[in-house]
Amino acid sequence: MESSRREFLKVAGVSAVGMGIGTQPVLDAFAASGGESGEAKAPKMVRGENALTAVHWGMVIDTRKLETAADLEPLIEACHKVHNVPHHEIKRHEIKWIWETEYHHAFPGKSNKYLNEGAEHRPFLVLCNHCENPPCVRACPTKATFQREDGLVLMDFHRCIGCRFCMAACPFGARSFNFRDPRPFIPETNKKFPTRCKGVVEKCNFCAELLAEGKMPACVEASNGAIAFGDLDDPESEVRKLLRENYTIRRKQTLGTEPSVYYIV
Amino acid sequence: MLELAIKGSKRYYGLLAALAGIAGLGGAFWLWQLDFGLGITGMSRDVSWGFYIAQFTFLVGVAAGGVMVVLPYYLHDYKAFGRITILGEFLAIAALVMCLLFIAVDLGQPMRMLNVIFYPTPNSILFWDMIVLNGYLFLNAVVGWNVLEAERNGTKYAPWVKVLVYISIPWAISIHTVTAYLYCGLPGRGFWLTAILAPRFLSSAFAAGPALLILLCLFVRRFTNFDPGREQIQSLAKIVTYALILNVFFFLCEVFVALYSKIPEHMDHLKYLFFGLHGHGALVPWMWTAMALMVLAIILLIPPKFRANENLLAISCGMVFLGTWIDKGLGMISGGFVPNPLHEVNEYIPTIPELIIALGVWATGFLVLTILYKVTVGVKEEAGA
Amino acid sequence: MSKKIYNKDQVIAGLVIFIALVSFPFWYNLGKAAPAPKVELTKQAKEAKFCVRPTEYMKAEHMQLLDVWRDTVAREGKRIYVNEAGKRFTMSLSNTCLDCHSNKAEFCDRCHNYASVDPYCYDCHIDNPKEKK
Repeated sequence: MESSRREFLKVAGVSAVGMGIGTQPVLDAFAASGGESGEAKAPKMVRGENALTAVHWGMVIDTRKLETAADLEPLIEACHKVHNVPHHEIKRHEIKWIWETEYHHAFPGKSNKYLNEGAEHRPFLVLCNHCENPPCVRACPTKATFQREDGLVLMDFHRCIGCRFCMAACPFGARSFNFRDPRPFIPETNKKFPTRCKGVVEKCNFCAELLAEGKMPACVEASNGAIAFGDLDDPESEVRKLLRENYTIRRKQTLGTEPSVYYIV
Repeated sequence: MLELAIKGSKRYYGLLAALAGIAGLGGAFWLWQLDFGLGITGMSRDVSWGFYIAQFTFLVGVAAGGVMVVLPYYLHDYKAFGRITILGEFLAIAALVMCLLFIAVDLGQPMRMLNVIFYPTPNSILFWDMIVLNGYLFLNAVVGWNVLEAERNGTKYAPWVKVLVYISIPWAISIHTVTAYLYCGLPGRGFWLTAILAPRFLSSAFAAGPALLILLCLFVRRFTNFDPGREQIQSLAKIVTYALILNVFFFLCEVFVALYSKIPEHMDHLKYLFFGLHGHGALVPWMWTAMALMVLAIILLIPPKFRANENLLAISCGMVFLGTWIDKGLGMISGGFVPNPLHEVNEYIPTIPELIIALGVWATGFLVLTILYKVTVGVKEEAGA
Repeated sequence: MSKKIYNKDQVIAGLVIFIALVSFPFWYNLGKAAPAPKVELTKQAKEAKFCVRPTEYMKAEHMQLLDVWRDTVAREGKRIYVNEAGKRFTMSLSNTCLDCHSNKAEFCDRCHNYASVDPYCYDCHIDNPKEKK
């Protein structure tokens, strides 16, 4: 916090700070533009007014409402489209933020020999769990992947050196690597969101860019109420209500990473 | 002293040219990889580390193995090794050069490599690995060079060099311990999640490093006027023998725990490596070969009579080196990634460009080694003359 | 004490070659100095008169500003920039900067090419957000 403040002052505030002592060209330019009653204020950076905030973002997926692969398809599509996730034909180049798998792949430690019909045949959505104790963040040598105060585990693509230590560290296989330039393989580019370049790791970001604008994550929007998203720290939130009323499971919680994604089975 | 490296026979220059040629070829393929991305390799989102990181892991061992000549000489005053400590230290330098190059070619964004220093992150083991590897390179370069220069001038090296030597001994242990910690601290990877990984890495290192050193000593004796010495080679052979036995023992401990407990997350990787899993078993013949080589090498190394026969010893050392290389340089890394965290089996097979780049790195390392050994032998020949 | 250079000829020849090599970029580009480029403003940019910060500052420091923006957006989740005048901007290269300066070729590239810098921003950030395909 302190260092970013200093950085900010150093870089952006040169003129503002200098104004008191009279940094001429800047002051002139500023005066010409007709600033607020000539009073100089340092520029500042803030959250948007509509931004959704939480102490600990979490997700509850009601798998009973997502019966077939066709139910999941629009959710996956919505995510991959809004984030410019490429469709690689060669399987080893594959990139996915959210995808479907079978129960015994999603929950390898909880795979009962005899399962009920639902769990046996239903497809399961898997994505980054935004763990409370993320092993990927521990492993990253540059803090390119980091945990935000609201629990989101995010990627700073500018800083990633592509060592892929985070991929080895993730016990959920949630991370993908850009083995080549993804741009030619993006069917339809969302011009509001950046693509990635070759050589960096990427994964689900719980739609941090949409939360900042006051919108819910893309998969939640597309789920017709099958996925709830909210503040796990708030006892009155919808996610907490669901967790109170339903028995839920999480992926590999014996590993102690404390996933923030819960499943109603 | 460097001038000794440029006064050589035709054969010496031929070797340098050949190694430089292979390194250049690897460099050309690396340029292609820079342009295209790591997609030219066989790696995938499931097996996200492959041949490069496996070579890196194996070579950290070779580098650490150098301490097996330094420690007896400086700590136990085992005089005989005084003749070859430089060879051990220079082997470590060449191995470390390869390690660092293998990390560099494995990065997706190598031009951002310095971010590790700009944003130091002490909770990342990779950060510590960078420190210990570069530190060990520095220690060996400074110590090796100073000791050799003193030997050439017929003087004794400065007292501070001795301090660095003492630091370098635990440091050697640290480089392979930290490298093991890269793997064994990851929660979802049952194959690596074992406290014996670091000891196992060290034991295989102390077998592979000295085995290569024996082969290099025999090579030096054959092609130069400097004889590293029979006693030296025999002592190294004993070190190789015990380290190899320990390595196989540690491995069997691993096998017991995984197979007797029958916990799938631990057992399935071994199953994949030695028997194949769900019809995938590309590494099965390799793993059995590695085991056969190591067991056979133990049989050939234990009886003193066999060990004393230097021709047989050379074969045994070749087997040790190859066996530990397959074990660590092929099986150890992809074995940990298959099956993946979702328990799916997606195999990894390195591609030709990937192998050529790796070969280029090996050639670069041996180029450095050749030059350093040429200087060493030059000094030793002068002293002997 | 007599002063003598051993191998005088070789030493001097070596020095000459060294200096020639080191100074290569200077004499190679001699007389080729290109005039500083004029950047073009879009209609929208002209009308706005004032960028996020004063023009002089933007000319000299836009890369530092963008550097702070990217860290603040990507890492702190703050996406709104309030300048001295209290005006609010979304901190986004594609959606804010290039929305106004939608002529990247005549604005950004011209100067970047002249200064021989190749920022990798556009490897990921869409460089023509307004262009209809």
